[in-house]
Amino acid sequence: MSLHAAIGIRFDRLALDARFSATNHEVVALLGPSGAGKTTILRALAGLAPLTAGRIVLDGTVFEDAATNEWVPPERRNLGVVFQDALLFPHLSVLDNVAAGLRFTGTSRVIARVRAREWLERIGIGELADAKPGVLSGGQAQRVALARALATQPRILLLDEPLSALDVTTRADVRRELRRHLNAFTGIRLLVTHDPIDALALADRLIVLEHGHIVQSGSSLDVTATPRSRYVADFVGVNWLRGTARGAAVMLAGGGTLIVPDLVPGEVFVVIHPRAVSVHRQKPEGSPRNVLPGVVVSADDEGSRVRVRLALPFPLVAEVTRASAAELELDRGGDVWVTVKATEIATYAA
Amino acid sequence: MNLRQDLMAPEILTALRLSLVCSLAATAIAIVLGLPLAWVQARVTFPGQRVLRALTTLPIVLPPVVAGVALLVVFGRRGLVGMWLDRWFGIRLPFTTAGAALAEAFVAMPFFVLTMEGALRSVDRRLEEAARTLGASRWKVFRHVTLPLVRPSLQAGAVLAWARALGEFGATITFAGNVPGSTQTLPLAVYLALETNPDTAFVLSLVLLAVSLAVLIGLRRRWLAW
Repeated sequence: MSLHAAIGIRFDRLALDARFSATNHEVVALLGPSGAGKTTILRALAGLAPLTAGRIVLDGTVFEDAATNEWVPPERRNLGVVFQDALLFPHLSVLDNVAAGLRFTGTSRVIARVRAREWLERIGIGELADAKPGVLSGGQAQRVALARALATQPRILLLDEPLSALDVTTRADVRRELRRHLNAFTGIRLLVTHDPIDALALADRLIVLEHGHIVQSGSSLDVTATPRSRYVADFVGVNWLRGTARGAAVMLAGGGTLIVPDLVPGEVFVVIHPRAVSVHRQKPEGSPRNVLPGVVVSADDEGSRVRVRLALPFPLVAEVTRASAAELELDRGGDVWVTVKATEIATYAA
Repeated sequence: MNLRQDLMAPEILTALRLSLVCSLAATAIAIVLGLPLAWVQARVTFPGQRVLRALTTLPIVLPPVVAGVALLVVFGRRGLVGMWLDRWFGIRLPFTTAGAALAEAFVAMPFFVLTMEGALRSVDRRLEEAARTLGASRWKVFRHVTLPLVRPSLQAGAVLAWARALGEFGATITFAGNVPGSTQTLPLAVYLALETNPDTAFVLSLVLLAVSLAVLIGLRRRWLAW
C-alpha cells in the first residue's frame, strides 16, 4: 500500500509545497515548528483542505488532483483521523462515539455497538463506555479518539498532534500505547507533531517541514545525525554551521574558519557537539587544531552541566562541567579561548 | 357576571382552538423555512447576504399592520404571487385560516432564524469535519452532529416563535381579517370582546399573559442550563 502526495496550497501567508510518499511498512512523522504547514498537509490528505496544486494518490486511486479537478470527499477516503483535541462528539456517549464511524457507513446500531465495545476493551477503557466525553481526562479522550478512528478499519491513519494536549505523565503512557497501536495497524500511518520526542519515539521515518517546504526527510537516525535545518539541529542539541570547504578548512558563512577532517569540497554543513567544545581563559598549547579567540555571551546552569553561549564571532555553544565553569568564572563573561578537536567535527555536503 | 360561562362560550373556545392551530402551524412553517435560511446565513458567504439578513429581521421591527399590508401585496387575490396561486391552483390565502397561519409565521420566523443562526455559528466546525472523516456525508453530518448540537437552541427558537405567533394581532387582522371560526384568533377575540364584554377580555388577556410568562420562564431556565 502506498500513498503519494504532492501538496500545493496557498493559505493565508503560508505557501505550502510538499511532495512525499508513505507506505504501510513505516510510521511517518511530519515534524516541524508550529506554522510550518503540517496540520494543513494532514487536512489536505483528509480532504478537508482543497489543493491549489498537486495531487494525492493512494494505490492508484486519485483522491484529489488539482489539474483535473478530481476530488474524493473525506467520507469516501476511508480514513481514520485522530485530532489534536480529540474532538469527540459531546452529545454521544463514549461507546457511541467509537461506534459513530460504523453507524455513518451503514452498520446497524447493534453490531456497531458490539464492535465499539471491543475497541474500548482493547484500549483498556471499557468501563467508560456509557460516560459522556465531557467527564474524560485528556488521556482518556485521546484513547477514545484513537479507538473511534480505528473502529472503521481505515486504510490510512492520520494523527494530528495526538499527544500535545496531554500533561507530561499521561503523555509518556499514551505515547507507549500509541506506539503499540501504530505497530498493530496495517495501513498507512502518518503522524503530525511539533515535538521531536514524539516523532522519534513513534516514527520510523521523519519528514521535517519548515515554512511549507520539506527541508529534510529520512530515518530518525539519518535526520538527527545530519541535520539540514536550524530546527532539527536545535532539537538534537548540536552546533550547526554552514560554510564552504577549501582544502582542510571550512570557511564559515558567518565568518571564521574551522579545520576539519574528511572534507568534501563545496558547500557543507558542520556539526559540533557542545561537549566537544572546550573553554579556556589562557591560550592553550598542544594538540587541538582549532584554537579560536571568543567572547562569552551567556552561561546557563542546566543542572549538572553549564551551557555556554560563545561568539567567535560565529555563534557556538559549549557544555562544560559546573566545576570548570566556576573555576573559569564564566558567569562574568569576558574573553576566552575556545578549542575544538578536529576529529569531533562532522561535516557533510549541504 | 359569570366568568366561567364567559370563558366557556363557544366563540371563545373556537378562538382558543384556532389560536393553537394557527400558532403551531406558524411555528412549523418558521422551522421548515427558517432552518435552511439560518443555515445559509450562518455558513455561506454570498453577495447580497447583508440585504437578506436585513430582510429576514425586518418583520421584528416592522409594525405588524405594515407586515399585513406587505402580505396582501404579495399574497392578496391580486397580489404578485397570490394572483397566480388563485389562477393556477385556486388557492386564496387572505381571510382564511391558512392566511392567518401565514401572517403569524411571517412575524414569528425572525425569532427562530436569529436564534438558529447564532447557534449554527457557535457549533465547532471541527466536530463536523471529524464526522466527515468518519464516513458521514454532508447530510448525515447535519442530521447526526450539527442538529443534535443545536437542539437546545432549536427548541428555544421554536418556543419563542410560537409565543410570538400566539400573540400576533396586527398582521393577522390586516391580512386574514377577523372572521370568527376561521381567522379570529384569541388576541382578535380579546379586541372584539373589549367592546362587548370587557370582563371576558380581561380574563382572556390574563390567559395570554400567563402563557407568555410561562414560556419566557421556561426559556430562561433552558438558556441558563445551556
